[in-house]
Amino acid sequence: MSGKVFAEFSQDFSKNLGGTPQPLLQVEGLSKFYGARRGCADVSFDLWPGEVMGIVGESGSGKTTLLNCLAGHLAPDTGRVLFDTRANGMQDTVTMSEPERRMLGRTDWAFVHQHASDGLRMNVSAGGNVGERLMAVGARNYGDIRERAIDWLGRVEIAAERIDDRPTAFSGGMRQRLQIARNLVTGPRLVFMDEPTGGLDVSVQARLLDLLRGLVREMGLSAIIVTHDLAVVRLLADRLMVMKDGQVVETGLTDQVLDDPQHGYTQLLVSSVLQV
Amino acid sequence: MIQIENLSKTFTLHNQGSADIPVLTGASFSVAPGECVALTGPSGAGKSTLMRLIYGNYLAASGHIRIGHVDVAQAEPRQIIALRRETLGYVSQFLRVVPRVPTREVVAEPLLALGTPREEAIARADALLARLNLPERLWSLSPTTFSGGEQQRVNIARGFVHPYPALLLDEPTASLDAGNREVVLSLVEEAKARGAAIIGIFHDEAARDRLCDRQVDVGVFTPPRAA
Amino acid sequence: MTTQTAEATQSAYNFAYLDEQTKRMIRRAILKGLAVPGYQVPFASREMPMPYGWGTGGVQVSAATLTPEDCFKVIDQGADDTTNAVSIRKFFERTAQVETTTHTAEATVIQTRHRIPEEPLREDQVLVYQVPIPEPLRFLEPSEVETRKMHALEEYGLMHVKLYEDIARHGAISTAYAYPVKVEGRYVMDPSPIPKFDNPKLEMAAIQLFGAGREQRIYALPPYTQVVSLDFEDHPFDPSKAEHPCDLCGAEDSYLDEVITDDAGSRMFVCSDTDYCLARRDAGHEGAQGARG
Repeated sequence: MSGKVFAEFSQDFSKNLGGTPQPLLQVEGLSKFYGARRGCADVSFDLWPGEVMGIVGESGSGKTTLLNCLAGHLAPDTGRVLFDTRANGMQDTVTMSEPERRMLGRTDWAFVHQHASDGLRMNVSAGGNVGERLMAVGARNYGDIRERAIDWLGRVEIAAERIDDRPTAFSGGMRQRLQIARNLVTGPRLVFMDEPTGGLDVSVQARLLDLLRGLVREMGLSAIIVTHDLAVVRLLADRLMVMKDGQVVETGLTDQVLDDPQHGYTQLLVSSVLQV
Repeated sequence: MIQIENLSKTFTLHNQGSADIPVLTGASFSVAPGECVALTGPSGAGKSTLMRLIYGNYLAASGHIRIGHVDVAQAEPRQIIALRRETLGYVSQFLRVVPRVPTREVVAEPLLALGTPREEAIARADALLARLNLPERLWSLSPTTFSGGEQQRVNIARGFVHPYPALLLDEPTASLDAGNREVVLSLVEEAKARGAAIIGIFHDEAARDRLCDRQVDVGVFTPPRAA
Repeated sequence: MTTQTAEATQSAYNFAYLDEQTKRMIRRAILKGLAVPGYQVPFASREMPMPYGWGTGGVQVSAATLTPEDCFKVIDQGADDTTNAVSIRKFFERTAQVETTTHTAEATVIQTRHRIPEEPLREDQVLVYQVPIPEPLRFLEPSEVETRKMHALEEYGLMHVKLYEDIARHGAISTAYAYPVKVEGRYVMDPSPIPKFDNPKLEMAAIQLFGAGREQRIYALPPYTQVVSLDFEDHPFDPSKAEHPCDLCGAEDSYLDEVITDDAGSRMFVCSDTDYCLARRDAGHEGAQGARG
């Protein structure tokens, strides 16, 4: 990896903000089976630049399987996942070589895990965690790396003086914010999130949601958020996809799906939420 | 600007014996730029349902809802989102925001979403909040704990901070005192004057008479109650 | 022990202890390592008559490298006379009956633990390193599957994270030994726990072979291979050593050991390479405490 690659995609970042006339991600007929059991079946959708899509459903509905197939963590059995790469336009990430896919994984894609400890290096300082993706794409100036790490810690509301502390010394909410900083520092275009607010206190959740909303807007990010929390998708997602038993039962504008659900399962899901 | 054509809506309750409840049928009317149209009819006639259909919040069963170049009844989610961001404003009776976000940010958000520079967006939000007489000490607080009247004014500020070419107003003057009611009425008049097409529900008859050029009786579109 | 029984014992061993099949297997790993400089080649490490951590990897590589005509030298942290060095030297004296020496220039095969001799090596020499942990990425990535993938795909950002952490915590890259290097612009390699002072010497005329017995890995540097120590633009690699000449021979260019000489905390700095120090003193050089030493 050379410094040149790094410089190139730093410049490219500005291009994200102007919309392109084609989808960023096109999913066609995606299926994943675990033996005879269906993980997810025949999922198709387009995600456009700047769009945030929520995937909801109960545990075991296949939403996490789908997310892992999209992010290249699992190999689907059938289907295509086309991503609009900076260099070569639409490419099927299922069939591309592993180096290319992993390169996407640390440049244009980001993955926010439910448990921050899965997405952070717990024995590395906060600054090192944020800097890793920069160094992975060729950054070799300690001062610059540190400056950008401090900038990002600030954006996720972590005090600069915590830069040399390890995440083990952080609260759950701080760890999750650090994970987000670590993921977004290289200016990705597509963020996958798996239950990003799961396991956090309600007050901490609100802060995180606000932060994510701001970052999505400022960076023009596209995102796919898997969650079972309908309040989270109402606040974050433009669009919703409802899954049941590995299949998509309903899609649409988030508030439309939640306020006027068409499918019986969605109606059940929405009416099961306790009103506060 | 807004054209409703043969619009109908039916709710199907799958978990209650798949009961079909038709609520609206054959609704047709249009609103020109600079025109304000009031939806009237008794409670339960479907005024709010119609508003929500126009905003894309409810899914139309059939018919067309044309706003500018977009048919909300058939548009992709991203087209509706773009429409809401640029063209179609909505002042609802309820405020739904992320907890802990300061009021001035809530009001400035539609501008930020359009890419307005932050300083300018905040300045315009502040100006509108001041005009609506919301005490300045509240601007940096989240509106979630505000009184009904205060929340209503935050909602109005949010709906008027960007000059939307089309506006939906759901009881914009409810729970406001005389002074603030007057501010809202003049905001609506200014919007009309700049050419916005407006559809509103007003229980406040005086406000309706002052603002609206025409009335559309939603009761006409109510389907006969099937047994 | 009579001469006769000693000879019987010696002839009971195959040359250099290991059987020919095993040596062939190890040589194949060595050749592959030389063909792909810096790449860790797995090999079927044998049980040796010494514990892991005592140089079982280096001993197997030496056994596969030695010929009856070779002259063998062993150093442990630069010294020829420590237990580990003496034991291994005797091991091969007994099992291979090769000539041994303490003089760097005379040796054709040199097995080392944690040092490179001060005297530049020649093209007809082989330097064999004992390696405890061959994987430079292991410190931060515990999964072998993952580190192998990282090597295969040249994903080395993590290596700089380690150096970053050093600077963040100590103000400078504090890694003083086992300092990671990049070989021929491709593989990141752990040069074994040699002091970073020795890193520049890794670009040399001799063949360098690295053996890790417990971890079952062999890797190699052919002569004149490009070896670059990793660093940051604003924190460049610095092969520093103690700012002091040798108290015995007065050398200012050699790597020094600090020796505490009494209970009052008196200390002296001496060359860690004992052969180099002796040769200098034999040639008449003298350090500050040379007379007493």
